[in-house]
Amino acid sequence: MYKKTTLILAGIAGLTLSGLSAAADVHTRTIAATCMSCHGPNGKSETAIPGIAGVDKDYFVKAMQNYKSGKRMGTIMKKHAAGYTDAEFEALGEYFAGLK
Amino acid sequence: MTLNRRDFLKVSGAGAAVALTGCAAQGGSTASSSSAKAHVVVVGAGFGGATCAKYLRTWGPNIDVTLIEPNDKFVSCPISNWVLAGMKSMDDITHSYDKLSKYGIKMVKDYVTGVDTAKKVVTTKGGASIAYDRLVLAPGVEVLTDSVKGYKEASAAGKVVHAWKAGPETAMLRKQLEEMPDGGVFVMSVPTAPYRCPPGPYERACLVANYFKKAKPKSKIILLDGNPDVASKKGLFMDAWNNLYPGMIEYRPNNAPAAVDGGRMVVTTEFDDVKADVMNVVPKQRAGEVCGLAGVRNDSTGTWCTVNLATFESTTVPNVHVLGDSVLSNLPKSGHMANNHAKVCAAAIVELVAGRQPNPIPVVANTCYSATSDTTAGHVANVFRFEAGKGYVTQPDGGATGKGDELNFSYAESWAQNIWTDILG
Repeated sequence: MYKKTTLILAGIAGLTLSGLSAAADVHTRTIAATCMSCHGPNGKSETAIPGIAGVDKDYFVKAMQNYKSGKRMGTIMKKHAAGYTDAEFEALGEYFAGLK
Repeated sequence: MTLNRRDFLKVSGAGAAVALTGCAAQGGSTASSSSAKAHVVVVGAGFGGATCAKYLRTWGPNIDVTLIEPNDKFVSCPISNWVLAGMKSMDDITHSYDKLSKYGIKMVKDYVTGVDTAKKVVTTKGGASIAYDRLVLAPGVEVLTDSVKGYKEASAAGKVVHAWKAGPETAMLRKQLEEMPDGGVFVMSVPTAPYRCPPGPYERACLVANYFKKAKPKSKIILLDGNPDVASKKGLFMDAWNNLYPGMIEYRPNNAPAAVDGGRMVVTTEFDDVKADVMNVVPKQRAGEVCGLAGVRNDSTGTWCTVNLATFESTTVPNVHVLGDSVLSNLPKSGHMANNHAKVCAAAIVELVAGRQPNPIPVVANTCYSATSDTTAGHVANVFRFEAGKGYVTQPDGGATGKGDELNFSYAESWAQNIWTDILG
């Protein structure tokens, strides 16, 4: 799906090769920012909602997949995880792992 | 006084960031290459506007951002129902704009009185003329008090409030509820949809009932709903009304108030006169005033704004973007949604001013908690993916909780703290 996404981006936007990763980064960065509405700016939370800055990528991807499948219980996260693709979990995992 | 952007930046360049960026300021139309500097003017520093200004500067450090807001401080609508019930204070929901300056945002405390979308200039009550390359309008809603006969007179006499914009009316309504005698009647109305914060009226009924149950248990709430049924989170609220507050809340669907009388303390519907001790009538709404000035209330009734939902640019007026409650779409009119609109819009503007195509497939999410008592809450959560030709498609497996609990209450409070930090720095 991630590849499909970038192909769609390239197709619609007529992007150059160097622009490809930039467009994918914009997609990931913007979704990541919507996670931060609850999890705190830059993924840092000072409340009961856990922070996600610096979280291990594999742990993040597994957690999101398990929320989506219903294997992991939560109050709200299944409803969010249901809306994203495995490729987006991977990209978001990498993004949050890189936040200090 | 008319200033072009270069002059405006010179005049206003007290802050280091503004002075620095002012050196490279260029006039004229939307920048078409990444080397040209663009000036984005954002009107309204609430959940949408302040977020947009902050993320524009974060993702587009070469973009100059001016944020125009008439109020001294940010007062949050989410959690304002908690103030009415005495669970939080006005101080708890009031926050400073000071931290936004560290992002290099130029804050202007003023009120926009004119928008010339041909010349791309906004004018303000304070006499400034500010040129823009792109304009972002995030004014929230205009409450149409004229739509209810007698409302303005009763409001001027302090006999009715809507408290649908958090601020002085929130504090007034709290005081009226505190002063109401035990055995009194609180009459609240729900505007016909679409309106700001669909679950808000029903949460307010729950929390006022929670306060009455503790402080004045003989009191009653009459909820006059302009809609045919509970418009949001029905299961959650019905569960609370039936099990936490039995006999306390009388719900009357299809009962829009036509008139209020502050002298007799009566709300009149199509069916009858309803006597009140405290009147909380929430009139219907439309896109904020500045959207009228910019000519972007462009839906079929001239009430709300239709936008390209991948960029939030008006479908009819180029270079003008609209965020939050003023937008007509299938996305709910929530603060969380406005915050998400703002991020998609900021990302799109950063690409547009650099001469690149914005992301054609943005994704947004809504998370909205409602308290059902001073210890319990529920939520609704959904993800929406943009598809060309379809708009935002609601993804499967989202939805609302059917019963409030303590864990959701803890997250509701945490959500507010985190999103306030996200918005304000």
